[in-house]
Amino acid sequence: MVSPPAVIVGAIITVIFGFLWARDVMSPGRASAAGGPEPAGTADAEPIPAHMGAPATPPGHPSEGPASYPRSKFLELGTLGLGAVIGGIITAPILGFAVLPAFTEDELGGVDLGPLTKYPTGKWIEATFLLNPAAGEVSRRTAFIRSNGMEGGQPSMTIISNRCVHLGCPVQAAGPRNDDQQETIKTEQAELTVTPVLPANFSCPCHGGSYDTEGNRIAGPPVRALDRYKYSIVDGHLILLQPYSVSEVEGEGAKAAIKAYGIQGPGEHVDGLSGLLYPIQPQDLG
Amino acid sequence: MAITPPPARRRKRRMDKVMPLVMMPVNWLEERSGLVGGLKYFLFRKVPSDINWFHTLGSATLTAFIVQAVTGVILAMYYKPHPDTAYESIRYITNEATLGWLVRGMHRWGASVFIILIFLHMARVFLFGAYKYPRELNWIVGVMLLPLAMLEGFTGYLLPWDQTAYWATVVGINLNGTGPVVGPFLAQFLRGGDEIGTDTLTRFYAMHMLLLPGAIMGLIGLHLYLVIRLGVSSPPWSKDAAGSEREERPSGDPGLVRPRARGRVAK
Ligand code: HEM
Ligand code: FES
Repeated sequence: MVSPPAVIVGAIITVIFGFLWARDVMSPGRASAAGGPEPAGTADAEPIPAHMGAPATPPGHPSEGPASYPRSKFLELGTLGLGAVIGGIITAPILGFAVLPAFTEDELGGVDLGPLTKYPTGKWIEATFLLNPAAGEVSRRTAFIRSNGMEGGQPSMTIISNRCVHLGCPVQAAGPRNDDQQETIKTEQAELTVTPVLPANFSCPCHGGSYDTEGNRIAGPPVRALDRYKYSIVDGHLILLQPYSVSEVEGEGAKAAIKAYGIQGPGEHVDGLSGLLYPIQPQDLG
Repeated sequence: MAITPPPARRRKRRMDKVMPLVMMPVNWLEERSGLVGGLKYFLFRKVPSDINWFHTLGSATLTAFIVQAVTGVILAMYYKPHPDTAYESIRYITNEATLGWLVRGMHRWGASVFIILIFLHMARVFLFGAYKYPRELNWIVGVMLLPLAMLEGFTGYLLPWDQTAYWATVVGINLNGTGPVVGPFLAQFLRGGDEIGTDTLTRFYAMHMLLLPGAIMGLIGLHLYLVIRLGVSSPPWSKDAAGSEREERPSGDPGLVRPRARGRVAK
């Protein structure tokens, strides 16, 4: 659960700063600087006045030198140190609890999107389904699915995620929808709705991003092509697997050359110079 | 035959009888805590003679924040932070609970008023040059208050859990996700996982009603402490030179205007 790289980085930071702190505390210059009298400043150099009406501060008591180390000093440091330890012991697990659970990975298997016969060759189908039925409606997702016929003895599918790669709004199929042919299919993991659509392109309602039917950006603020899903065919059923990110697609349908990358958040470049801005992803640490 | 005293003197006599009754608990409190003197020190401060209405923008912001805090506490008595219940509880507050529409409306519109007032107050401080020595630290405290107030808006916007709330938060979180290097981690932390869901709603709720208001209250305390300690600055067109003398001052005090309780402490 706790990722080893995070622990290692934390340990290194602790050791380095612990060493610096210890060196600082033990250095002889420190004691005299802290205990010595304040340097008397001129009126110009020290503009904030002493508290009005307060008695003048007595001159600093003469420094006793490093030779004597009174018990009160030891107890003072001991109390502070103990307080720091207690504080650390309390804070560390609380912070861990606040931050770490967000980074545990949700293990999601494939989603059964129904028999292949629901996806006629060359036609776009808009499928909406619950990615994780236990989580309820919040996990509803939409994908645009087109069967490209057989390629090398295997059915070839194009499955495009509707998550806009600008900032995540739901991309729509711009074109006629055949709502009268809408169908609800019950499969083992999911209840999904499939609707035939005829997109001229995909477009986003939020900031006007638009994409061609291979998901390449054609206008607006998105930074790459639309994400796609991996898939497999099991017993004649289309099984939806992990999503992945795409910088661009050349060609079309079964013959398309897809420049694929691991899944990244919307708005993140996957390639080029700007891609270097995102060297590690949360899922890399898992 | 008794002569009736004129009304003014009669009133004064009555006051003389009532005052000790009023002052008794006040004095009791003052003797044990110094709170009354402290309150007077806070309220009866010396301010430059040529300040104007723009100087009230800070207090107006404070008032807006207090309205948010009070209405927010009441809303929290009815609001249920779970995807299955959040929208329904908001609907109940708006349409069914007595005066719920009013309290929700105050909180919703008040949120915008709060942000607008902060910006106006900040503009006043900037245009008057009131951020200059010795008030830089108070500007810095303000610079910390501003994003906290805006985060209040961001986290509060999700709570109704309707389509606007959901998609605005999707966009907002993904916006954070595009930050270089740490962006994806920040987004993951805000979502409480890979996807927006129950954990996102509850953590936004916790931040909105506990973490951020607490931090804002602490910083407002510091902000006001500094206002009181340093006094309010005069407008830039003031004829008084900055830091000019207001009263005789003990030697060694370079003349920074220091507020003092004007009222006499009750004896
Ligand atoms: C929660 C938000 C805030 C509250 C409740 C608040 C409240 C106040 C109040 C009551 C004053 C007294 C003088 C006046 O009203 O003008 C003041 C002064 C001041 N505020 Fe704020 N403030 C807030 C945010 C900010 C921000 C965002 C800034 C700037 C970044 C800022 C900078 C200052 C400075 C520099 C002063 C001293 C001005 C002077 O002495 O003339 N404050 N604040
Ligand atoms: S989220 Fe799609 S264009 Fe901005």
